Amino acid sequence: MAKVLDINQLVTHFTIAGKPYPVIRDLSFYVNQGETVCIVGESGCGKSVTTLAIMDLLPNNGEVVSGSIKLNEIELTKLNKKERNAFRGRDMGMIFQEPMTALNPLLTIGYQLTENIMLHRNVDKKNATEIAIHYLNVVGISNPKERLKQYPFQLSGGLRQRVMIAMVISVKPKLLIADEPTTALDVTIQKQVLNLMNKLKKDIDAGILFITHDLGVVAEIADRVIVLYAGRKVEEASVEDLFNNPKHPYTIGLMNAVPNVDSDHFEIKPIPGTFPLLTDDIKGCRFHPRCPFAMDRCRSEVPSELEYDNHHRVACFKVEEEYAHE
Amino acid sequence: MLRYVLKRIGNIVILLIGISFIIFASLYLAPGDPAELVAGANATPDDIERVRVFLGLDKPFLVQYWIYFTNLIQGNLGTSLVTRQPVLNEIIVRLPHTLNLAFTSMLVAVIIGIPAGILSAIKKDSWLDNLISTTSLAGISVPNFWLGSMLILLFSVVLRWLPTGGMTEPFWTSLGFKQAILPSIALGMSVAASFMRVGRSAMLDVMQSDYIRTARSKGLKYSTIVVIHALRNALIPILTIFGTSFGGLLGGAIVTEQVFVINGIGTYLLTSINMRNYPAVQSTVLVIAFFFVFVNLLVDLLYVVVDPRISYE
Repeated sequence: MAKVLDINQLVTHFTIAGKPYPVIRDLSFYVNQGETVCIVGESGCGKSVTTLAIMDLLPNNGEVVSGSIKLNEIELTKLNKKERNAFRGRDMGMIFQEPMTALNPLLTIGYQLTENIMLHRNVDKKNATEIAIHYLNVVGISNPKERLKQYPFQLSGGLRQRVMIAMVISVKPKLLIADEPTTALDVTIQKQVLNLMNKLKKDIDAGILFITHDLGVVAEIADRVIVLYAGRKVEEASVEDLFNNPKHPYTIGLMNAVPNVDSDHFEIKPIPGTFPLLTDDIKGCRFHPRCPFAMDRCRSEVPSELEYDNHHRVACFKVEEEYAHE
Repeated sequence: MLRYVLKRIGNIVILLIGISFIIFASLYLAPGDPAELVAGANATPDDIERVRVFLGLDKPFLVQYWIYFTNLIQGNLGTSLVTRQPVLNEIIVRLPHTLNLAFTSMLVAVIIGIPAGILSAIKKDSWLDNLISTTSLAGISVPNFWLGSMLILLFSVVLRWLPTGGMTEPFWTSLGFKQAILPSIALGMSVAASFMRVGRSAMLDVMQSDYIRTARSKGLKYSTIVVIHALRNALIPILTIFGTSFGGLLGGAIVTEQVFVINGIGTYLLTSINMRNYPAVQSTVLVIAFFFVFVNLLVDLLYVVVDPRISYE
């Protein structure tokens, strides 16, 4: 399997009041062609920043300090702004969280779709319109011809997100990044959009990097899952492995925090403590202040990521010790 | 669309009636007796009383307004107390000069202000941005009569490039163009400065919006992002300030016309106020109000062209 995206030891800093703070710490992962990788974590864990770093869309105070981002074997971090821009849209497309604001309010749907298609597929306006109509059909929008003449404000949030998806896949990117594409939608629409993406991932054969904080969404769409905590990967496993056999205390905490409606005692067990701020200086494992199993070692040393059975990777001393005893 | 236009025009008619009432009332309440003025310095109280009855000033306030209003809608703006000529004729002779000045000043403001604002936004925190921001602060702070005098001093008196004043020809003629340069810079500069500031902040806002990030994620060229995706969105607040600053421009024209010796309605208004020529004052203010409201109607219609969301609301 070809790796569409290969990230190695990525470090990203944000400068706040003149001081740099690491947002992503030494993050490595890859996405294969045809595979859907989910990054899960709480708000602020760095999952969106990861996608922006890949797309070179970090805000002015954010920068990639070290590490490598390879798209189809091409090292992106070595390129200048203009060279990187050539990959955007064409080789990697991104679907954003807020469908209500992600489309330009003053341009028609048709313009926003065909502009993209004409630029990246070298076709004229007429062909681009046909391609746009085709992809609006693909994402399940009725009357695509009429829709092309409409403006975003005439469409519901769900439809706009479908338009965004059509816009991105119409240029056949090799990597599709979706940053919480369903979070801003109603639950029923969420389900529809997820079903659509599940259907598309078989057809488009791109690598999909899917960002979410919702474990339900992960279960529906992911092949492989990366759990991010405060900028660091704590666990990585196939979706079955992760749900059947979560190893990291944070992942277990996340799973427990999802209420189980079927059980007799309906109860939410939140993870104690609060998520660290970007500016908090925490020694050792970033999770140790909230971890029920924290040991002395966790407070001083950063656990490194080790691979266990089934390519299940975890960065935790407790898991390390358990395996050592077996 | 048609309904929107008709509704806006209907609003404007009501607005203008209201304005005519306020102008009439404020002059009615103003100190000074026009009858005394018309009768002259040597008039007896009897003479003054006869003039008062002749001018209809003895009637109750609302009756006076009603007479004024019915004349107004028939196109009769009254008779000048000074020249005994219809005020309408006197305004029509002078109006083109003021419109000429207003137009060229607005042109200066648009040509300098909007591009400068946008440039300073996309080059944020550069030396260019600082230069433009400082200039715009100066442009807002400097009063137009001072700027006008300095321009005359430099370009007319010292360098002898341009006439010191007068505006006798429209700006598209060769003489008219030379005549228009200095007064339109003097008057247009402060408006240009406000366009710069609004343009800059609007453009900064737009460039940080989600849809610009989307446009960037599509790999579009930077120039395409700025021109196609950002500019039209930034134009909406600029249009708003365009409409409101037109009022300031007309007010500023009164002073600028003095500095550059332009015989426009600004000068006419000022002399009429000094001579307590009430019909002339009323009508000139009404004409100014009309143009202000008219320009704002145009702005409202332009919103519909720029922003598809508006006509549907």
